[in-house]
Amino acid sequence: MVEDLLRTSAPQVLAAVARRYGDFDAAEDAVQEALLAASQQWPAGGVPDNPVAWLIRVASRRLIEMVRNEQARRRREALPQDPVPCVRGDDELTLLLLCCHPALTGNAQVALTLRAVGGLTTAEIARALLIPEKTVGQRISRAKQRLRDAGARFVLPDDLESRLPGVRQTLYLIFNEGSTASSGSALHRVELSAEAIRLTRQLRQLRPADGEVAGLLALMLLTDARRPARTRADGALVPLAEQDRSLWDQAFIAEGVSLITDALQRYAVGPFQVQAAIAAVHDEAPSAAATDWPQILALYRLLEALAPGPMVTLNRIVALAEVDGPPAGLRALDDAGLDHYRVAAVRAHLLERSGAPAEAREEYRRAARLTLSLPERRYLETQVARLA
Amino acid sequence: MKYLILIQSNPRSLAAWDAMSDDERMAFGRDHRRLAERMADEGVLVVSEGLADPSLAKWVSVRDGGAISSDGPYAEVKEHLAGFYLIDTPSLDEAVGWAARVPDAKYTEVEVRPVLDMSGWEF
Repeated sequence: MVEDLLRTSAPQVLAAVARRYGDFDAAEDAVQEALLAASQQWPAGGVPDNPVAWLIRVASRRLIEMVRNEQARRRREALPQDPVPCVRGDDELTLLLLCCHPALTGNAQVALTLRAVGGLTTAEIARALLIPEKTVGQRISRAKQRLRDAGARFVLPDDLESRLPGVRQTLYLIFNEGSTASSGSALHRVELSAEAIRLTRQLRQLRPADGEVAGLLALMLLTDARRPARTRADGALVPLAEQDRSLWDQAFIAEGVSLITDALQRYAVGPFQVQAAIAAVHDEAPSAAATDWPQILALYRLLEALAPGPMVTLNRIVALAEVDGPPAGLRALDDAGLDHYRVAAVRAHLLERSGAPAEAREEYRRAARLTLSLPERRYLETQVARLA
Repeated sequence: MKYLILIQSNPRSLAAWDAMSDDERMAFGRDHRRLAERMADEGVLVVSEGLADPSLAKWVSVRDGGAISSDGPYAEVKEHLAGFYLIDTPSLDEAVGWAARVPDAKYTEVEVRPVLDMSGWEF
């Protein structure tokens, strides 16, 4: 399919052109035009023998034209025109690092990565994020300007290793955008979770010995595997314990489990690997009752040491309550003294499990008021109604 | 995350408006327009509108499958929504930062409300 071919070619083309001419901003515009030209010409005229070379040629020509037009005004000397740029092995990684540059906000990184590396159009990104196309366009041009201001250049940075966590975080942000923005209404919406998985697969090819990249990919696969069972037809949220496990994507689970098993044996452990390991334990349990909670508890303790946060503590307490009983969980919840809106939801769940339905009901009601998620609110309200 | 910045009209804001000079009123309107432009430039604006007077509102209800529209009880209402900015920012902090630049915040206050999203925690 021409569309898929264009999207997979886009980062290689952009990287080659940006590296050759040193101007990421202009290169990005030129590549967009080359992609547009291809999407108009190829379906009728046929795909060229070497699509990437074709796109690079057209984009380079366009960039030179743009620069010349500008130079005609400014009367400056011409850019080098030959030889034609080519694709190089580290190009795509350089491009990804540039899009996830620390000078950019998370929102800007997401938009720029989706366009420059993911090859999505501004309109597709806008539909995926449920914001106006113009806003996405501005976000991208602002991001490019900020890169210029920060003196970011199209070269592999010396501090490559210290920049990779930022890249992994941006890819995870794209994956999660898929679940926050999902309205299920737009038919031709790009699935951001699928896009994040595709981009992380690319990163894994570029950094095969990075255990956290493997962990991130595994986490995405093991989480996405449950998607068919996560919501009912009416959009209502189905808690993990009640999900129909026969709907889970077994191919994703198998791939995720094999990835994380291998990564844990070979590399230093990191937060994404631990989260993937937790997801794997859930995914491999034949039923909710058969879940290996002691192992999940141990993994959450490890995660809390590696990457502490209120959600990690809450999940650790849920696991603790499964192992040592709801009263132990409630005590731990009080001791943790967390200020997080999901504390009420966890306390409600534990109160109900320890046989205090009236108090549980009040906590569910509180939790429903405090949540920022519509499906979650609906779920919590049904719990209130159930305990009435 | 999307956030809605709500601007209310109430006796305090009306009193502030009455006390403004012509130049101040011009600046007030101009600052609103500039803020919207700035939000658009920065890639955070989803939509922003000022609302017409509540005396022009219609109140709509459906009973027995039939829609009924009527003029509202606007005379008794002391406070009404006068305008809003819907923005998309990485966090609440940024949204609050934008809200602080709404001209009304200098005279009364504006409200920032998170928009519910479609994420879900797997309990």
